[in-house]
Amino acid sequence: MSRETARAIAAAVGNGRSARVAVETALAACEADTLNAVIRVHRQRALAAADAVDARVRAGERLALAGVPIAAKDNLCITGLPATCCSRMLEGYVAPYTATAVARLEAAGAIIVAQTNMDEFAFGSSNETSCYGPVKNPVDPTRIPGGSSGGSAAVAAAGLVPVSLGSDTGGSIRQPAGLCGCHGLKPTYGSVSRYGLIAFGSSLDQIGPFAANAADADAVLAVMSGHDPLDSTSAPHPLPVVGEALRGLRIGIVPAHAEGLQPAVRAALDATKAKLQAAGATLVEVTLPHERFAVATYYVIGTGEAASNLARMDGIRFGHRADAPDLRQVYGKSRAEGFGAEVKRRIMLGTYVLSTGYYDAYYKKAMQVRRLICRDFEQAFATCDAILGPVSPTTAFKFGEKLSDPLQMYLSDIFTIAANLAGVPAHSFPAGRDELGLPIGMQLQGPMFSDRRLLAIASALD
Amino acid sequence: MPISEQQVRHLASLARLDLSDSEIASRANDLEAIVGYVAQLAEVDTTGIEPIANVAGLVNVTRADVPAPMLSTADALGNATVKNDSSFLVPKVVER
Repeated sequence: MSRETARAIAAAVGNGRSARVAVETALAACEADTLNAVIRVHRQRALAAADAVDARVRAGERLALAGVPIAAKDNLCITGLPATCCSRMLEGYVAPYTATAVARLEAAGAIIVAQTNMDEFAFGSSNETSCYGPVKNPVDPTRIPGGSSGGSAAVAAAGLVPVSLGSDTGGSIRQPAGLCGCHGLKPTYGSVSRYGLIAFGSSLDQIGPFAANAADADAVLAVMSGHDPLDSTSAPHPLPVVGEALRGLRIGIVPAHAEGLQPAVRAALDATKAKLQAAGATLVEVTLPHERFAVATYYVIGTGEAASNLARMDGIRFGHRADAPDLRQVYGKSRAEGFGAEVKRRIMLGTYVLSTGYYDAYYKKAMQVRRLICRDFEQAFATCDAILGPVSPTTAFKFGEKLSDPLQMYLSDIFTIAANLAGVPAHSFPAGRDELGLPIGMQLQGPMFSDRRLLAIASALD
Repeated sequence: MPISEQQVRHLASLARLDLSDSEIASRANDLEAIVGYVAQLAEVDTTGIEPIANVAGLVNVTRADVPAPMLSTADALGNATVKNDSSFLVPKVVER
């Protein structure tokens, strides 16, 4: 399995090596996948794209990601390819348009070789709810890879492709990156267009890269990000480039983040702190007083938004359509047949918190607490440049361990959720292994639009 | 906070989900547990705090009212299973 970096591939192809070389390697690896991480391989399309990239290079075009093979999560629309969010509700759906983030990558020479498995509609932290079956952690096939972008995390960590794309609404890039042993970034809300990402939580979602190293993630982010007129929540300005990442760096440490950790995760946190100090950073104690309410806030806002977004899945314009004598039953049956249990659970909860009589106590209240969480981060970043902490309290758990207790599953996102509520960028990077060899991830969170600085810090630690 | 089966049926109706009886019972249990958990938000003092919806600080982003390229009718109908040349088809809604 080739571990050629994305940058090395782009340089080689830019110098005249055929794009087919890296694409063939990636296609073969994806076709041989035993982790159930890859759900579709697009051989013909990828080889045709490789030839087109070669022609563009010969014509003198300079392509930032020339010939780089990429895998995309199944909730990203790519013209002519299926997009099902790993749900029977979208069985047969073929996208008639391409997500802006993907279109920009393809314009820069990147080549989609495969689509990856995910928790159904991105609701999950273990990739156990997919209609295509669960994904295996590349390090231990009896354990989950994390979720919801379990497939994309696994293929990047296992080296099937140098870069893959996921989405993060409550930790769905960062937590699987941590559990599989690769880098995974949730960009600043608004910095990567959501056009063409099948929506879960519209005020929370971001598309982001997985990679084996931070520099490749940065190269992909630089191409994908930036204002998009097709996304009205898209930030007007591009992400600033960073000078020196480590000079004068103040790293915030939240004391509460050290509690309730698996001992090896605690040790990895301490080791990472020491590494940063050795590289010249100073550690500063900060607090996020409302973070302990983040999971509750998220499960109100996120489910409310999800219930609203999934209302479009009605079988009429696309997706699974049941036969019934009246329209009301077409909706009710189609959706009951098409959606899995976790999806139904979240739709019901979202409907509850938005319904008359409950909206003020739950949804409106959660939006107020959300503002307090945003302020916590603003205050913390007055005294530090980035907050370091664990991505997950434990390493990868075994299949089935948390499926019967949804609340336990939700609590595995305890460290990742606040960043989605506040919109701040957050990056998960590999920070060692536990006594069983299972990967441990650490997380850097930064002020809005500091994404590239976070990646530069992680790169210095790589 | 207990959630009655009647409440769950009402929510399922609002959400257009025709759940089976056993699903109704399962979802009632789930909802009780999760609603019980999120109820902790009541502990937070939010006096005078404005709710926040958009963390990027954007307000009413619009574009010029100028026609632009869009999906063809064929593409728009492409994923529907019941349709004719110009429309999605549904069972009759209005009784005459």
